[in-house]
Amino acid sequence: MNAILAIIRRDLLLAMRRKSEVLTALFFFIIVVSLFPLGIGPETALLRKIAPGILWVAALLATMLGLSRLFAPDHADGTLEQMVLAPSPLGLLVTGKIIAHWITTGLPLVLLAPVLGIQFDLDSGALGVLMIALLIGTPLLSLIGAIGAALTLGVRGGGVLLSLLVLPLYVPALIFGAGAVEAHISGLGAGGHLSLLAALLALAVFFAPWATTAALRIALE
Amino acid sequence: MLTATGLSCVRGERCLFSGLDLAVGPGEWLHVQGENGAGKTSLLRILASLSPPAEGEIHWKNAPIRTLAEDYHRDMLFLGHHGAVKEELTPFENLTLAAKLDGAPLDETAALKALARFGLRGREDLAVRFLSAGQKRRVLLARLAVRQATLWILDEPFTALDVKAVDMLSGLIEEHVKAGGICILTSHQSMPLPNGRVLKI
Repeated sequence: MNAILAIIRRDLLLAMRRKSEVLTALFFFIIVVSLFPLGIGPETALLRKIAPGILWVAALLATMLGLSRLFAPDHADGTLEQMVLAPSPLGLLVTGKIIAHWITTGLPLVLLAPVLGIQFDLDSGALGVLMIALLIGTPLLSLIGAIGAALTLGVRGGGVLLSLLVLPLYVPALIFGAGAVEAHISGLGAGGHLSLLAALLALAVFFAPWATTAALRIALE
Repeated sequence: MLTATGLSCVRGERCLFSGLDLAVGPGEWLHVQGENGAGKTSLLRILASLSPPAEGEIHWKNAPIRTLAEDYHRDMLFLGHHGAVKEELTPFENLTLAAKLDGAPLDETAALKALARFGLRGREDLAVRFLSAGQKRRVLLARLAVRQATLWILDEPFTALDVKAVDMLSGLIEEHVKAGGICILTSHQSMPLPNGRVLKI
Protein backbone atom coordinates (compact mmCIF):
# COMPACT_ATOMS: atom_id res chain seq x y z
CA MET A 1 0.00 0.00 0.00
CA ASN A 2 2.88 2.34 0.83
CA ALA A 3 4.35 1.58 -2.58
CA ILE A 4 1.12 2.61 -4.35
CA LEU A 5 1.07 5.91 -2.44
CA ALA A 6 4.76 6.48 -3.23
CA ILE A 7 4.13 5.95 -6.96
CA ILE A 8 1.07 8.23 -6.95
CA ARG A 9 3.00 10.91 -5.07
CA ARG A 10 5.93 10.66 -7.44
CA ASP A 11 3.79 10.87 -10.57
CA LEU A 12 1.80 13.82 -9.24
CA LEU A 13 5.05 15.56 -8.34
CA LEU A 14 6.35 14.92 -11.86
CA ALA A 15 3.09 16.23 -13.34
CA MET A 16 3.51 19.41 -11.28
CA ARG A 17 7.02 19.87 -12.66
CA ARG A 18 5.90 19.27 -16.25
CA LYS A 19 2.75 21.34 -16.11
CA SER A 20 2.54 21.86 -19.87
CA GLU A 21 1.63 18.21 -20.52
CA VAL A 22 -1.34 18.28 -18.18
CA LEU A 23 -2.48 21.70 -19.35
CA THR A 24 -2.29 20.71 -23.04
CA ALA A 25 -4.92 17.99 -22.60
CA LEU A 26 -7.09 20.31 -20.52
CA PHE A 27 -6.97 23.22 -22.99
CA PHE A 28 -7.62 20.80 -25.85
CA PHE A 29 -10.79 19.68 -24.09
CA ILE A 30 -11.94 23.24 -23.40
CA ILE A 31 -11.24 24.49 -26.92
CA VAL A 32 -12.81 21.55 -28.79
CA VAL A 33 -15.97 21.70 -26.67
CA SER A 34 -16.22 25.50 -26.92
CA LEU A 35 -15.83 25.59 -30.70
CA PHE A 36 -19.04 23.64 -31.40
CA PRO A 37 -21.56 26.18 -29.97
CA LEU A 38 -19.66 28.95 -31.78
CA GLY A 39 -19.75 27.04 -35.06
CA ILE A 40 -23.36 25.90 -34.88
CA GLY A 41 -24.93 29.07 -33.57
CA PRO A 42 -27.61 29.66 -30.93
CA GLU A 43 -29.94 26.80 -31.80
CA THR A 44 -30.57 25.54 -28.27
CA ALA A 45 -32.56 22.44 -29.26
CA LEU A 46 -29.81 21.19 -31.55
CA LEU A 47 -27.06 22.07 -29.04
CA ARG A 48 -28.83 20.21 -26.26
CA LYS A 49 -29.10 17.17 -28.52
CA ILE A 50 -25.43 17.02 -29.52
CA ALA A 51 -23.95 18.10 -26.15
CA PRO A 52 -23.43 14.65 -24.55
CA GLY A 53 -21.74 13.23 -27.65
CA ILE A 54 -19.43 16.18 -28.11
CA LEU A 55 -18.40 16.39 -24.46
CA TRP A 56 -17.69 12.67 -24.38
CA VAL A 57 -15.76 12.56 -27.66
CA ALA A 58 -13.66 15.53 -26.51
CA ALA A 59 -12.99 13.86 -23.14
CA LEU A 60 -11.99 10.69 -24.93
CA LEU A 61 -9.53 12.47 -27.24
CA ALA A 62 -8.13 14.59 -24.40
CA THR A 63 -7.38 11.42 -22.42
CA MET A 64 -5.67 9.93 -25.46
CA LEU A 65 -3.32 12.92 -25.84
CA GLY A 66 -1.05 12.09 -22.93
CA LEU A 67 -1.44 8.34 -23.06
CA SER A 68 1.76 7.56 -24.97
CA ARG A 69 3.67 9.38 -22.21
CA LEU A 70 2.24 7.16 -19.48
CA PHE A 71 5.06 4.61 -19.48
CA ALA A 72 7.49 5.98 -22.11
CA PRO A 73 9.53 8.28 -19.81
CA ASP A 74 9.81 5.54 -17.17
CA HIS A 75 10.91 3.10 -19.85
CA ALA A 76 13.54 5.49 -21.21
CA ASP A 77 15.20 6.33 -17.88
CA GLY A 78 15.16 2.84 -16.38
CA THR A 79 12.51 3.53 -13.72
CA LEU A 80 10.35 0.77 -15.18
CA GLU A 81 13.13 -1.79 -14.58
CA GLN A 82 13.31 -0.72 -10.96
CA MET A 83 9.53 -1.00 -10.67
CA VAL A 84 9.67 -4.58 -11.97
CA LEU A 85 12.42 -5.33 -9.45
CA ALA A 86 10.69 -3.64 -6.52
CA PRO A 87 9.66 -5.85 -3.60
CA SER A 88 5.98 -4.96 -4.19
CA PRO A 89 3.97 -6.65 -6.97
CA LEU A 90 4.23 -4.81 -10.30
CA GLY A 91 0.43 -4.88 -10.69
CA LEU A 92 0.10 -2.71 -7.60
CA LEU A 93 2.61 -0.15 -8.84
CA VAL A 94 0.93 -0.07 -12.26
CA THR A 95 -2.40 0.57 -10.53
CA GLY A 96 -0.75 3.49 -8.74
CA LYS A 97 0.44 4.93 -12.05
CA ILE A 98 -3.06 4.58 -13.55
CA ILE A 99 -4.61 6.34 -10.53
CA ALA A 100 -2.08 9.18 -10.90
CA HIS A 101 -2.91 9.41 -14.62
CA TRP A 102 -6.60 9.69 -13.80
CA ILE A 103 -5.99 12.39 -11.18
CA THR A 104 -3.98 14.48 -13.65
CA THR A 105 -6.09 13.99 -16.80
CA GLY A 106 -9.48 12.47 -15.90
CA LEU A 107 -10.43 14.38 -12.76
CA PRO A 108 -9.95 17.88 -14.26
CA LEU A 109 -12.25 16.87 -17.14
CA VAL A 110 -14.94 15.75 -14.69
CA LEU A 111 -14.74 19.08 -12.86
CA LEU A 112 -14.70 21.18 -16.03
CA ALA A 113 -17.46 19.37 -17.92
CA PRO A 114 -20.44 21.00 -16.10
CA VAL A 115 -19.01 24.46 -16.74
CA LEU A 116 -18.61 23.70 -20.44
CA GLY A 117 -22.00 22.00 -20.53
CA ILE A 118 -23.69 25.33 -19.77
CA GLN A 119 -22.71 26.49 -23.26
CA PHE A 120 -24.97 23.75 -24.63
CA ASP A 121 -27.97 24.88 -22.56
CA LEU A 122 -28.03 21.70 -20.47
CA ASP A 123 -30.15 21.97 -17.31
CA SER A 124 -28.70 21.25 -13.88
CA GLY A 125 -30.06 17.68 -13.81
CA ALA A 126 -28.39 16.81 -17.12
CA LEU A 127 -25.14 18.43 -15.94
CA GLY A 128 -25.24 16.29 -12.81
CA VAL A 129 -25.73 13.12 -14.84
CA LEU A 130 -22.91 14.18 -17.18
CA MET A 131 -20.58 14.65 -14.21
CA ILE A 132 -21.46 11.28 -12.69
CA ALA A 133 -21.05 9.55 -16.07
CA LEU A 134 -17.63 11.15 -16.53
CA LEU A 135 -16.69 10.29 -12.94
CA ILE A 136 -17.31 6.60 -13.69
CA GLY A 137 -16.14 6.78 -17.30
CA THR A 138 -12.79 8.61 -17.09
CA PRO A 139 -11.13 6.01 -14.80
CA LEU A 140 -12.28 3.44 -17.35
CA LEU A 141 -10.54 5.43 -20.11
CA SER A 142 -7.31 5.58 -18.06
CA LEU A 143 -7.43 1.83 -17.33
CA ILE A 144 -8.03 0.79 -20.96
CA GLY A 145 -5.52 3.35 -22.16
CA ALA A 146 -2.83 1.91 -19.87
CA ILE A 147 -3.12 -1.47 -21.63
CA GLY A 148 -2.61 0.21 -25.00
CA ALA A 149 0.27 2.34 -23.71
CA ALA A 150 2.02 -0.75 -22.32
CA LEU A 151 1.49 -2.77 -25.50
CA THR A 152 2.93 -0.05 -27.74
CA LEU A 153 5.87 0.72 -25.44
CA GLY A 154 9.11 0.99 -27.38
CA VAL A 155 7.37 0.50 -30.74
CA ARG A 156 8.33 2.96 -33.46
CA GLY A 157 5.29 4.99 -34.54
CA GLY A 158 3.62 3.79 -31.36
CA GLY A 159 1.41 6.88 -31.15
CA VAL A 160 -0.66 5.98 -34.23
CA LEU A 161 -0.81 2.34 -33.23
CA LEU A 162 -1.95 3.35 -29.76
CA SER A 163 -4.93 5.30 -31.15
CA LEU A 164 -5.89 2.41 -33.45
CA LEU A 165 -5.68 -0.01 -30.56
CA VAL A 166 -7.38 2.01 -27.85
CA LEU A 167 -10.14 3.97 -29.64
CA PRO A 168 -12.24 0.89 -30.55
CA LEU A 169 -12.04 -0.20 -26.92
CA TYR A 170 -13.26 3.24 -25.84
CA VAL A 171 -16.48 2.85 -27.88
CA PRO A 172 -18.55 1.13 -25.13
CA ALA A 173 -17.60 3.86 -22.64
CA LEU A 174 -18.60 6.49 -25.21
CA ILE A 175 -21.96 4.84 -25.99
CA PHE A 176 -23.04 4.33 -22.38
CA GLY A 177 -21.53 7.61 -21.11
CA ALA A 178 -23.16 9.82 -23.73
CA GLY A 179 -26.24 7.59 -23.66
CA ALA A 180 -26.75 8.26 -19.94
CA VAL A 181 -27.04 12.03 -20.50
CA GLU A 182 -29.30 11.58 -23.55
CA ALA A 183 -31.55 9.19 -21.64
CA HIS A 184 -31.86 11.70 -18.81
CA ILE A 185 -32.73 14.54 -21.20
CA SER A 186 -35.38 12.44 -22.96
CA GLY A 187 -36.87 11.52 -19.58
CA LEU A 188 -36.00 7.81 -19.59
CA GLY A 189 -33.68 8.03 -16.59
CA ALA A 190 -29.92 7.50 -16.67
CA GLY A 191 -29.80 4.60 -14.19
CA GLY A 192 -29.43 1.77 -16.71
CA HIS A 193 -26.61 3.39 -18.66
CA LEU A 194 -24.74 4.39 -15.53
CA SER A 195 -25.01 0.86 -14.14
CA LEU A 196 -23.58 -0.60 -17.34
CA LEU A 197 -20.77 1.97 -17.27
CA ALA A 198 -20.01 1.05 -13.65
CA ALA A 199 -20.01 -2.65 -14.59
CA LEU A 200 -17.45 -1.93 -17.31
CA LEU A 201 -15.35 -0.03 -14.78
CA ALA A 202 -15.47 -2.92 -12.31
CA LEU A 203 -14.35 -5.29 -15.04
CA ALA A 204 -11.53 -2.96 -16.11
CA VAL A 205 -10.32 -2.40 -12.52
CA PHE A 206 -9.90 -6.13 -12.23
CA PHE A 207 -8.36 -6.96 -15.62
CA ALA A 208 -6.57 -3.83 -16.87
CA PRO A 209 -3.71 -3.74 -14.31
CA TRP A 210 -3.13 -7.43 -14.90
CA ALA A 211 -3.03 -7.05 -18.71
CA THR A 212 -0.87 -3.93 -18.44
CA THR A 213 1.61 -5.72 -16.19
CA ALA A 214 1.89 -8.62 -18.62
CA ALA A 215 2.46 -6.23 -21.54
CA LEU A 216 5.12 -4.29 -19.59
CA ARG A 217 7.02 -7.46 -18.76
CA ILE A 218 7.10 -8.39 -22.46
CA ALA A 219 8.30 -4.89 -23.39
CA LEU A 220 11.19 -5.13 -20.90
CA GLU A 221 12.53 -8.53 -21.92
CA MET B 1 24.52 -17.63 -2.29
CA LEU B 2 23.75 -17.17 -5.97
CA THR B 3 24.28 -20.09 -8.32
CA ALA B 4 23.54 -20.41 -12.00
CA THR B 5 23.83 -23.56 -14.08
CA GLY B 6 23.86 -23.99 -17.83
CA LEU B 7 22.78 -20.45 -18.64
CA SER B 8 22.44 -19.51 -22.27
CA CYS B 9 21.24 -16.33 -23.88
CA VAL B 10 19.91 -15.89 -27.40
CA ARG B 11 19.38 -12.46 -28.94
CA GLY B 12 17.55 -12.65 -32.25
CA GLU B 13 19.24 -15.54 -34.02
CA ARG B 14 22.61 -15.05 -32.37
CA CYS B 15 23.64 -17.13 -29.37
CA LEU B 16 25.57 -14.81 -27.04
CA PHE B 17 26.71 -17.45 -24.59
CA SER B 18 25.71 -20.97 -23.59
CA GLY B 19 26.45 -23.47 -20.86
CA LEU B 20 27.52 -20.74 -18.44
CA ASP B 21 27.93 -21.78 -14.80
CA LEU B 22 28.64 -19.46 -11.92
CA ALA B 23 28.46 -19.43 -8.15
CA VAL B 24 29.07 -16.47 -5.85
CA GLY B 25 28.88 -16.81 -2.10
CA PRO B 26 28.79 -14.33 0.78
CA GLY B 27 31.90 -12.16 0.98
CA GLU B 28 32.74 -12.66 -2.67
CA TRP B 29 32.44 -10.53 -5.74
CA LEU B 30 32.40 -11.37 -9.40
CA HIS B 31 33.83 -9.23 -12.16
CA VAL B 32 32.16 -10.00 -15.50
CA GLN B 33 34.42 -9.12 -18.39
CA GLY B 34 33.99 -9.31 -22.12
CA GLU B 35 34.12 -7.31 -25.34
CA ASN B 36 31.42 -4.86 -26.29
CA GLY B 37 28.39 -6.88 -27.34
CA ALA B 38 29.61 -10.07 -25.67
CA GLY B 39 26.46 -10.23 -23.57
CA LYS B 40 27.58 -8.77 -20.23
CA THR B 41 24.47 -6.65 -19.79
CA SER B 42 22.27 -9.52 -20.99
CA LEU B 43 23.84 -11.79 -18.37
CA LEU B 44 23.28 -9.27 -15.59
CA ARG B 45 19.67 -8.72 -16.67
CA ILE B 46 19.11 -12.48 -16.61
CA LEU B 47 20.67 -12.70 -13.14
CA ALA B 48 18.48 -9.83 -11.97
CA SER B 49 15.42 -11.74 -13.26
CA LEU B 50 14.56 -8.95 -15.71
CA SER B 51 14.63 -11.38 -18.63
CA PRO B 52 14.42 -15.16 -18.58
CA PRO B 53 17.41 -17.21 -19.81
CA ALA B 54 16.96 -19.26 -23.00
CA GLU B 55 18.20 -22.24 -21.04
CA GLY B 56 19.45 -22.88 -17.53
CA GLU B 57 18.38 -22.13 -13.99
CA ILE B 58 19.35 -19.55 -11.39
CA HIS B 59 19.12 -20.27 -7.67
CA TRP B 60 19.21 -17.83 -4.78
CA LYS B 61 19.67 -19.44 -1.37
CA ASN B 62 18.91 -22.83 -2.96
CA ALA B 63 15.53 -21.80 -4.39
CA PRO B 64 14.93 -20.94 -8.06
CA ILE B 65 14.50 -17.18 -8.48
CA ARG B 66 11.41 -17.68 -10.66
CA THR B 67 9.49 -18.91 -7.64
CA LEU B 68 11.03 -16.42 -5.20
CA ALA B 69 9.95 -13.33 -7.16
CA GLU B 70 9.41 -10.54 -4.60
CA ASP B 71 11.54 -12.22 -1.92
CA TYR B 72 14.45 -12.21 -4.35
CA HIS B 73 13.79 -8.57 -5.26
CA ARG B 74 13.99 -7.62 -1.59
CA ASP B 75 17.48 -9.14 -1.30
CA MET B 76 18.76 -7.77 -4.58
CA LEU B 77 19.69 -4.35 -5.90
CA PHE B 78 20.16 -3.87 -9.65
CA LEU B 79 21.62 -0.71 -11.15
CA GLY B 80 21.51 -0.68 -14.93
CA HIS B 81 22.79 1.54 -17.73
CA HIS B 82 19.92 3.93 -17.35
CA GLY B 83 19.86 5.88 -14.17
CA ALA B 84 16.28 5.40 -13.04
CA VAL B 85 16.81 8.97 -11.91
CA LYS B 86 14.04 11.44 -12.72
CA GLU B 87 15.41 14.60 -14.31
CA GLU B 88 12.62 16.82 -12.97
CA LEU B 89 13.05 15.76 -9.35
CA THR B 90 15.82 16.77 -6.97
CA PRO B 91 18.45 14.27 -5.75
CA PHE B 92 16.75 14.25 -2.35
CA GLU B 93 13.32 13.44 -3.83
CA ASN B 94 14.81 10.80 -6.11
CA LEU B 95 16.52 9.07 -3.23
CA THR B 96 13.61 9.13 -0.79
CA LEU B 97 11.05 8.05 -3.40
CA ALA B 98 13.28 5.17 -4.55
CA ALA B 99 13.65 4.10 -0.91
CA LYS B 100 9.87 4.14 -0.47
CA LEU B 101 9.46 1.94 -3.54
CA ASP B 102 12.05 -0.43 -2.09
CA GLY B 103 9.81 -0.75 0.94
CA ALA B 104 12.34 0.85 3.27
CA PRO B 105 11.38 4.50 3.80
CA LEU B 106 14.24 6.82 4.56
CA ASP B 107 14.25 9.63 7.12
CA GLU B 108 15.54 13.02 6.10
CA THR B 109 18.87 12.93 7.94
CA ALA B 110 19.80 9.50 6.53
CA ALA B 111 19.00 10.66 3.00
CA LEU B 112 20.98 13.89 3.37
CA LYS B 113 23.90 11.95 4.85
CA ALA B 114 23.96 9.53 1.92
CA LEU B 115 23.89 12.41 -0.57
CA ALA B 116 26.63 14.25 1.31
CA ARG B 117 28.76 11.12 1.25
CA PHE B 118 28.60 11.18 -2.54
CA GLY B 119 29.59 14.84 -2.70
CA LEU B 120 26.12 16.19 -3.41
CA ARG B 121 25.94 18.48 -0.39
CA GLY B 122 24.32 21.75 -1.44
CA ARG B 123 22.80 20.11 -4.52
CA GLU B 124 19.99 18.32 -2.67
CA ASP B 125 17.30 20.74 -3.82
CA LEU B 126 18.45 21.27 -7.39
CA ALA B 127 16.59 19.38 -10.13
CA VAL B 128 18.75 16.54 -11.45
CA ARG B 129 18.38 18.08 -14.93
CA PHE B 130 20.89 20.77 -13.89
CA LEU B 131 23.53 18.28 -12.69
CA SER B 132 26.40 16.86 -14.75
CA ALA B 133 26.43 13.26 -16.01
CA GLY B 134 28.81 12.22 -13.24
CA GLN B 135 26.69 13.87 -10.56
CA LYS B 136 23.61 12.05 -11.92
CA ARG B 137 25.46 8.76 -11.49
CA ARG B 138 26.33 9.81 -7.93
CA VAL B 139 22.64 10.30 -7.14
CA LEU B 140 22.06 6.76 -8.32
CA LEU B 141 24.97 5.36 -6.34
CA ALA B 142 23.74 7.05 -3.16
CA ARG B 143 21.05 4.35 -3.23
CA LEU B 144 23.77 1.74 -2.67
CA ALA B 145 24.67 3.44 0.58
CA VAL B 146 21.12 3.40 1.95
CA ARG B 147 19.50 0.25 0.56
CA GLN B 148 19.84 -2.89 2.67
CA ALA B 149 20.37 -5.59 0.03
CA THR B 150 22.60 -8.63 0.16
CA LEU B 151 23.16 -9.00 -3.56
CA TRP B 152 24.32 -6.08 -5.67
CA ILE B 153 24.18 -6.39 -9.45
CA LEU B 154 25.88 -3.37 -10.99
CA ASP B 155 26.12 -2.76 -14.72
CA GLU B 156 29.07 -0.47 -15.53
CA PRO B 157 28.90 1.40 -12.21
CA PHE B 158 32.06 3.40 -12.97
CA THR B 159 30.80 5.14 -16.13
CA ALA B 160 31.10 8.94 -16.05
CA LEU B 161 32.55 8.98 -12.52
CA ASP B 162 35.65 11.00 -11.65
CA VAL B 163 38.70 9.51 -9.88
CA LYS B 164 37.44 10.47 -6.44
CA ALA B 165 34.00 8.93 -7.01
CA VAL B 166 35.56 5.74 -8.41
CA ASP B 167 37.57 5.38 -5.18
CA MET B 168 34.48 6.07 -3.13
CA LEU B 169 32.46 3.45 -4.98
CA SER B 170 35.27 0.87 -4.77
CA GLY B 171 35.37 1.53 -1.02
CA LEU B 172 31.62 1.04 -0.79
CA ILE B 173 31.77 -2.28 -2.65
CA GLU B 174 34.70 -3.44 -0.48
CA GLU B 175 32.74 -2.58 2.67
CA HIS B 176 29.69 -4.42 1.35
CA VAL B 177 31.67 -7.55 0.45
CA LYS B 178 33.53 -7.53 3.77
CA ALA B 179 30.21 -7.40 5.60
CA GLY B 180 29.18 -10.63 3.90
CA GLY B 181 27.47 -9.17 0.89
CA ILE B 182 27.72 -10.32 -2.70
CA CYS B 183 28.51 -8.11 -5.66
CA ILE B 184 28.40 -8.86 -9.38
CA LEU B 185 29.55 -6.10 -11.67
CA THR B 186 30.71 -5.36 -15.18
CA SER B 187 33.48 -2.89 -15.79
CA HIS B 188 36.24 -2.27 -18.28
CA GLN B 189 38.50 -1.05 -15.49
CA SER B 190 40.50 -3.43 -13.31
CA MET B 191 39.37 -3.60 -9.71
CA PRO B 192 42.00 -3.97 -6.99
CA LEU B 193 39.71 -5.64 -4.44
CA PRO B 194 40.32 -8.87 -2.50
CA ASN B 195 38.14 -11.98 -2.88
CA GLY B 196 37.26 -11.10 -6.45
CA ARG B 197 36.86 -13.51 -9.29
CA VAL B 198 36.77 -12.81 -12.99
CA LEU B 199 34.26 -14.28 -15.40
CA LYS B 200 35.13 -13.86 -19.07
CA ILE B 201 32.38 -14.24 -21.62
